[in-house]
Formats: sequence, C-alpha cells, structure tokens
Amino acid sequence: MKDALQVFTRGFVSENPVLKMLLGLCPVLAVTTTAENGLGMGLATTFVLLGSNTVISASAKLLPKTVRIPAYIVVIATFVTIVDLLIKAFSPELNQSLGLFIPLIVVNCMILGRAEAYASKNGIGYSIIDAFGMGFGFTFALLLLSAMREVLGAGTIFNIPLVGEDPKTILVMALPPGAFAGLGFIIAGLNALEKKQKSNA
Amino acid sequence: MEILLIVVSAVFVNNVVFARFLGICPYIGVSKKLDTAIGMGFAVTFVMTLGSAIAYLLYKGILVPYKIEFMQTVMFILVIASLVQVVEIVLKKVSKVLYASLGIFLPLITTNCAILGVAILANQGDYNFFESVLFSFFSAMGFILAIVLFAGIREKLETADVPTPFKNVPISFVVAAILSMAFMGFSGLVK
Repeated sequence: MKDALQVFTRGFVSENPVLKMLLGLCPVLAVTTTAENGLGMGLATTFVLLGSNTVISASAKLLPKTVRIPAYIVVIATFVTIVDLLIKAFSPELNQSLGLFIPLIVVNCMILGRAEAYASKNGIGYSIIDAFGMGFGFTFALLLLSAMREVLGAGTIFNIPLVGEDPKTILVMALPPGAFAGLGFIIAGLNALEKKQKSNA
Repeated sequence: MEILLIVVSAVFVNNVVFARFLGICPYIGVSKKLDTAIGMGFAVTFVMTLGSAIAYLLYKGILVPYKIEFMQTVMFILVIASLVQVVEIVLKKVSKVLYASLGIFLPLITTNCAILGVAILANQGDYNFFESVLFSFFSAMGFILAIVLFAGIREKLETADVPTPFKNVPISFVVAAILSMAFMGFSGLVK
C-alpha cells in the first residue's frame, strides 16, 4: 500500500516529468497560453498515458524485444487517434486551440519513456497508478505554467477576469517568449526551494 | 515569389522552435556543444525532408482515396519510425564517416515532434508535392539555425557567473526566451 502511494506521488514532485525530467516539453510550451488549454492538454495526455501503460504492461511478455519500440508507438498512436476523434466530436473549441498538438501527443517522449521504463517491467495495477501519477504531474506542471501565463498575459484565469476592465497586462507572457521564460523561472524557483529544504534538513 | 514566401516563412517567421514550439526536447537536450548541435541539425534535416515527402505521397495516394484520413497519425509515425531505421542501416553500410557523426542522433529522432509536426503541417497546407518538400527542408533549416545559435550561446554560458538556482536548464530557457523574442521581430514579414 505504501508502495503504491509512493509510485503515485513521485510523479508530482521528485520525478515530475516536466519540471524534473524535462520530458514532453513541446506541448508544455506551446499550448499553455490559457489555463483551460493547459488543463485540456494535460488531461488528454493523461488519458493516452493511462491507455498505453495499461495495454503495454498487459502485453509486455508477448512482444519480442527487438520490435518492442515500434509496437509501443502503434499502441500510443491508436490511443492518440481515439483522443483526437473524441475531442473533435465533443469540444471543437479545444480542438481549435490545441490543434496540431493533439496528434503530436504520439511523440510526447514522456509517454514512450514511461512505456519503456515502467509499464514494460511492472504489473498492470502499478502501471495504472504510475500513469495517473505521471499524468497528473504533467497536468500539474501545465496548469502551473498556463495559469501563470494567463494571469500575467491576459489578466484572467479560466477566462474569469481577475482585475477590472482593461487591465495592464504583460502581453509578452502570452507570446512564445513568455513560455520559455515562464518555464525557466518555475524550474529555477523549484531548484531554490529544494536547496533551502536541503540546508534546513 | 511563392517559393520565396515559403522559404522565408519556414526559416524565420514560423521558425519550428521559436514560433511553433516543435522539437524542444532535442533543442534543449543536445545543444550543449556546437558540434553535436550541428550533427543533430543535419540528421533532422535528412529525416524531415524525406519523411515529409513519403508521408505526403502515402497520404494523397492511400488515405485520401480510401477516405481513412483519421489514420494519419498512426501512419505518419510508422513512416517516420521505419524511415529512421532504414536510414540507420543504409548509413552504416554506405558511409562510416556519416554514420559516426549522425548515428547516435538517429534513434532520438523518432520521438522528435518536429518531424511529425512538420509532416502534418506540410499536408495540412495546400501545398503541392514540390512545395511541401521545400517547406519541410526549410523548416529543418530553421531548426538548424535555432539550435546552432543556441549552442553557441550555451558554450559561452558555461563560463558565465549564473545565480545557482538558474544554473544549467533554467538559464537556457531564459536564453531561449530572449532568442524567441528576437525572432518575433520577423513576424509580420509574411502573413
């Protein structure tokens, strides 16, 4: 039980796929202009990760070692196609704003990374927990960056205005440079926090 | 004129790294040294151009006539993955020198989202075959430009006095932010 909890929580901080391992950065930077997009992308990726981890851990023993990577990619691509069609059907708006980055979930290195490093070596139960942990960790990082960019760049959060009419915003945060700088500052902040914790301990 | 527009747009205005956010993982991962950055850049150019061309032909030739366009993602990634394998095998046989310099980057390329992204973009636009190959090639040139610029700066950063929390990765992101700001100067050049 303790084990399962640990598998789940490490995706959040100690092994956060984005902030610590620097995996899957393209969607992190590209779609985090608003908190809504960040959340949508995070959940879509979590769904794919959940599906691929489950199938891959279930079929790991059946796959010959030499063709395992192409096989993983096909499994992942199938789940991405499902998500793509679901989003297109139920939320055309989200589809519009995430655009190219929905099919690109296939090449999110976090998903293939989890398949190779975890799901192929562990049982289904733990792989599902791992998928939730990593997926939520990914979503958390996206939400953090996108909320920061939306607040600074547009003065709103989830499209709800925080300050009065016509706020003075830092437009650059909503533009590409804001994504790079925002993520840089978040990681630096995390490093500083960690160092402080270590010196306290 | 049309061709010039595609070139300028692919290299500067819609630069894959700074404007479209594609290929960020290799951009951050292998840009510590100038020569590895150049090696990665060439490997990407090779696979991106060839991959887009094959994907274009298969898309127009198979997926569209049979009305199964939703298979695009699955098919493209398979094309790219197998292409990377083929290129690796051929390079190993044909040119030892080239294999030694590009070899280690090839497996990384399968999960480089710039390759798949550009292949999809080249298909979405109303490009004909020639234009889509041109678009892919110059998108790759844009990638080389970005990663070489960045690697040059990172080599200098090694000796710079950076505040401890910002060491390594965070400062690289800040540098990328400034570079991307510079590239925003090109926007408006082409619609």
